[in-house]
Amino acid sequence: TMFATQVYGDNGKMKEYHYTGPVEHRFSPYSFNGGTVLAVAGEDFAIVASDTRLSEGYSIHSRDSPKCYKLTDTTVIGCSGFHGDCLTLTKIIDARLKMYKHSNNKCMTSGAIAAMLSTILYGRRFFPYYVYNIIGGLDEEGKGAVYSFDPVGSYQRDTYKAGGSASAMLQPLLDNQIGFKNMEGVQHLPLNQEKAVQLVKDVFISAAERDVYTGDALRICIVTKDGIKEETVPLRKD
Amino acid sequence: MALSSVLQSESADFSFNNDRSFSFGCRFGQTNLGFGAAPGDRLNFAIKASLGPDDKDGPERKIEFLHGTTTLAFKCWINFSVAERNHQRTASKATNFSSQEQLALLNQPAIPFVIIPQFQHGVIVAVDSRATAGAYIASQTVKKVIEINPYLLGTMAGGAADCSFWERLLARQCRVYELRNKERISVAAASKLLANMVYQYKGMGLSMGTMVCGWDKRGPGLYYVDSEGNRVCGDLFAVGSGSMYAYGVVDSGLRQDLSVEEACELGRRAIYQATYRDAYSGGQVNLYHVHSEGWTRVSQEDVLKLHHQYQEPKK
Repeated sequence: TMFATQVYGDNGKMKEYHYTGPVEHRFSPYSFNGGTVLAVAGEDFAIVASDTRLSEGYSIHSRDSPKCYKLTDTTVIGCSGFHGDCLTLTKIIDARLKMYKHSNNKCMTSGAIAAMLSTILYGRRFFPYYVYNIIGGLDEEGKGAVYSFDPVGSYQRDTYKAGGSASAMLQPLLDNQIGFKNMEGVQHLPLNQEKAVQLVKDVFISAAERDVYTGDALRICIVTKDGIKEETVPLRKD
Repeated sequence: MALSSVLQSESADFSFNNDRSFSFGCRFGQTNLGFGAAPGDRLNFAIKASLGPDDKDGPERKIEFLHGTTTLAFKCWINFSVAERNHQRTASKATNFSSQEQLALLNQPAIPFVIIPQFQHGVIVAVDSRATAGAYIASQTVKKVIEINPYLLGTMAGGAADCSFWERLLARQCRVYELRNKERISVAAASKLLANMVYQYKGMGLSMGTMVCGWDKRGPGLYYVDSEGNRVCGDLFAVGSGSMYAYGVVDSGLRQDLSVEEACELGRRAIYQATYRDAYSGGQVNLYHVHSEGWTRVSQEDVLKLHHQYQEPKK
């Protein structure tokens, strides 16, 4: 695989594609592999969705690399950012889940996983995991729960959240459609599962149109009390 | 002193492990920074050995910051309607007294001797709720007041993860103190614990500006603690990018004889005005009141609603 390097010029700024002058190569431990994740919490369900494109620079490494990982029967995590850190982080979370199960004789709840992930991420405060995490699942009462994180572990519970490369494009759309923001005199209807899934598909189709790092296919994980259902939907491949 | 015994029992180790390997492009060493946790509960931080100047782009920039923030807290004098009633009451009647007054009266002969409580402040805490990552608004619903325990509050400004992590650790230390000493921790001691915890990481890039507010046996307490090592006691603080705007409003409206509702409204207005002018503050205004029984959540209001409330009458 390629060494992740960044090309710096005299003034310390990154250089353009057609730059031909002197360059200084520096090793960077991080690289950006793209991808977008999204989670929505409903009354009795949660949806975690991600695209499946893995890119680096101007290339696509894989069209089938989903970013949703199943943690327990009631929790799914979506991780985007640097793929190496995503893999390591999910392995660490799986190991910690097993340890908890062995010492406490029960599965971790979504809220507990979120709190644990926050401390795992903060443990690397000075050399962060370059991962944007969103946890989706059911809380102890069976209601949908979404927890969104930043790379160093700051987190909060939300109703919906988009993370990753196209997050800035998706979040305002979700604010309007699910949060009814900036709409006057509109009835606040609760979100049912079919409408939520359709909204997620539409939103990712929009993201694939305008974000180069998002596309190829969409993987949707729907978490209900009956388990986790997975659905794959094709997206633009260009 | 109870505080020093707490610190002695945990080893504060300031030494760095210097045997990190610097082989080019390979492992980055792990440093064991024993800071002040109970033994067997060490915090290990892996340090990225910077092989070049600091990488401004990449994850550093994308971390959520609460630099865009306005948080403010001030001590206020509370009008005791009990005191007013005492003025008017007749010689022999005993109405609702606070326990202090009751005690004083019992020690007196039949002369009705009334002690009006002079030093009964409270602390009003008001914060906004916006978190930004660069120019992107990561969230408009962040809880910037951390409920450490039923009588201590901590506010958040600076790095979101830094504030919530260290204040959560502070909550744990306060609880340990309570269990060890069978009494509640004072605000001064709690703020000192926090200040000492982060001082060990001074210069390493933590960003935290917090106010520890509470009520202890000395009365109301308000301390400002930050990641640079400052710890100051005071009557009024505003922290964050919108703090200057908040100071202007609070300084002009603060009086000795504010009632609780007026003080809350002053705090609310100050945060609203700060969100109005500061691009990095916004969302909702969360208001708390700390009094002798602990803290109470007074209100949470959206800034847009406050805007209509304050601006409409002018038209």
